[in-house]
Amino acid sequence: MATAVAPTRAQPVVIEESVATRALRVLARAPVHIVLIVIALLWLLPTLGLFFTSLLQPEDLGEGGWWQVFSEPSKLTFENYRTMVGNEGITSALITTAWITTGATILPIMVAALAGYAFAWLEFPGRDWIFLGVIALLLVPLQMALIPIFQLYNATGLYDTILGLILFHSAFALPFAIFLLRNFFAGIPKDLMEAARIDGASEMRIFFRLILPLGLPAVASLGIFQVLFVWNDLLVGLVLAQDNQPIQPAIASQLRQFGANLEVIAPASFFSAIIPLAIFLAFQRYFVQGLLAGSVK
Amino acid sequence: MSSTSSASVGAAPPVTEAPPGGPSRWRKHATALAFLTPAIVFLSVWVIYPAIRTFIRSLFSDGGDEFVWFDNYTALFSDERVVTAMKNNAIWVAVVPAGVTALGLVFAVLTERVRWAVAFKFAVFMPLAISLFAVGVIWRIMYEKDPDSGVVNALIASGRDAVKEPGVLPTAKPSSEAVTGTPKGGIRLEETVEPGGTAFIGLTAIPPRDMPASAKQAVEPEAREGGITGVVWRDFKPGGGTPGEVETEELGIPRVTVELRSSAGGKIAEAKTEDDGTFVFEGVEGGQYEVVVGSATFANPFGGVSWLGEKLITPALLIAYLWASAGFAMVVIGAGLAAISRDVLEAARTDGATEWQVFRRVTIPLLAPVLTVVFVTQIIGVLKVFDIVLSLAPEASRDNATVIALEMWEKSFAGQNRFGFGSAISMFLFALFIPFLILNIRRFRAENG
Repeated sequence: MATAVAPTRAQPVVIEESVATRALRVLARAPVHIVLIVIALLWLLPTLGLFFTSLLQPEDLGEGGWWQVFSEPSKLTFENYRTMVGNEGITSALITTAWITTGATILPIMVAALAGYAFAWLEFPGRDWIFLGVIALLLVPLQMALIPIFQLYNATGLYDTILGLILFHSAFALPFAIFLLRNFFAGIPKDLMEAARIDGASEMRIFFRLILPLGLPAVASLGIFQVLFVWNDLLVGLVLAQDNQPIQPAIASQLRQFGANLEVIAPASFFSAIIPLAIFLAFQRYFVQGLLAGSVK
Repeated sequence: MSSTSSASVGAAPPVTEAPPGGPSRWRKHATALAFLTPAIVFLSVWVIYPAIRTFIRSLFSDGGDEFVWFDNYTALFSDERVVTAMKNNAIWVAVVPAGVTALGLVFAVLTERVRWAVAFKFAVFMPLAISLFAVGVIWRIMYEKDPDSGVVNALIASGRDAVKEPGVLPTAKPSSEAVTGTPKGGIRLEETVEPGGTAFIGLTAIPPRDMPASAKQAVEPEAREGGITGVVWRDFKPGGGTPGEVETEELGIPRVTVELRSSAGGKIAEAKTEDDGTFVFEGVEGGQYEVVVGSATFANPFGGVSWLGEKLITPALLIAYLWASAGFAMVVIGAGLAAISRDVLEAARTDGATEWQVFRRVTIPLLAPVLTVVFVTQIIGVLKVFDIVLSLAPEASRDNATVIALEMWEKSFAGQNRFGFGSAISMFLFALFIPFLILNIRRFRAENG
């Protein structure tokens, strides 16, 4: 980012600035800081609310809002989480989600990397037209596939299986993944590619030894996007699974009695948000890069 | 790099210029095909084939055995819920992209020269990692109707309490013939009072939980020269008592506003009752006066705005969605801002432009492409919105909160199995995406010659 282009010309002025004018300048900016602090607190409030709600017992929640924890911190307890760990439905849904997310992240990236390489560096008839087709598929909403795939899965036994969900998510991740990787690979210097080809390396070899290592930043961005997308999916899991439901649909089935089930819903929702949050925090840089590269989806 | 060349040392010279139509050209195409095959299979089986099937299915009846032409499509517009869904999606499109872009722009500009911007950005950006389903759960807790458990209503309640005293006695009634009126118009003493007189305003039908905790045993007021004294009390004694008389175990009602009105009806003075229910008007001129407990005292306490009810559910959803999406716009616009050359801005300032003019005439035009991307991305996201509606809108409000994607799911899968109708909804949704699809292709072709 171009933040390094700070106005260096202003530097000498700052040095000569007296304490009084400096204080004045800071004071003049004070309203901005106050506004920002208020906004930041407002933005954190809802998530904090879920967190504290998940740490309160149902009988305490019946008595008042979650902010009672500020006056009576002793009410905080991990009891709901302990119950959640013992709740077969929630734990198995979390494990299912982990499997689906892993599979539906690795598989489409591999497939898309192969295709992206072909679109960027191999010659074949109709290449540009096929790539235009991929771009068109970017905007096919997954609702277009739900009913036929539901029927297909029921006929083939893929319904309610982890594999079925992995394959569905992989397919719908492909257009964006191919688009992003093709553009990234196309940016690799031509000299590098030609040198490798003149050396007689096979396309497979070039792909694995040159393209993939160079494309790692793009692969990382894609991977984080896909993890968040699949982990956070509700609709596909709701339609294509029943007993093997991932976590979001599993929580959704508790919603009918929101108030009564809050001691299950709140910790499960918070816990299910922790994982994408942690991944997001750890790889924030790649996430932002991906966001900037591909805000077309 | 060196690893790629080392392996090929001593290999036959590479074929760089293959004769057209020769075997190496076939090999090239075969290689390309091998690289593409997995993607082609995936896209054909899971995207292209189902999309075509969905179109065909939309021309058949729900059972699938009867070809009905476009009947499912015309039925879309006579299904009340689907029409509501279309209207709601229109509201979403009208509000969210503009709202998200505006919020993102404001946040990006405000944080531009703030040192702790990273912390602020984290707070605003974080919801983006949380599923929209969980966002719905989060805001369902925020929107609880009871101000004692929902933050939004608690904030509104404390705002209101700061402005005006909360009503304390929404259900009170006069306890004897000496007192008349209704909570709505105010309760007053039947007979007028003159200076030196006393006013006994007995009320009943007040549930114990409505009584302020500070209430004490009611006390009979002492008459005072040149003033009017009185008592407002809960004229009810467990096991019975005499209406209109202050007895033991009967509590005074604190903090009630009592008005003194002239016989013409104008308000002359106001007094508040003590914990024992007594009140005093000092220095009253001779004449006849009405003693009234104003209607404000009987106003219903703030019970909370019904955010998740039928009327407000869509605005409530929009607020939650803005909360979740503003971070996206902030980061993308922030990156756009950082990429603007300082020199251009400096030049404008040197030419005497004010900060606002610089922002309006230089920054915004330079940011236009970025703002467009954010705006379009948000339209696309909003057209597909589903999860947050499912989790935030209680089933009782679904009729009013519904959106196209929710209708598609409910009609097709939530126990209804209307595959013909559901396919038509999917096609309708897809049709809304076609302009963006064309835009995307055009943009790509423009960029790639």
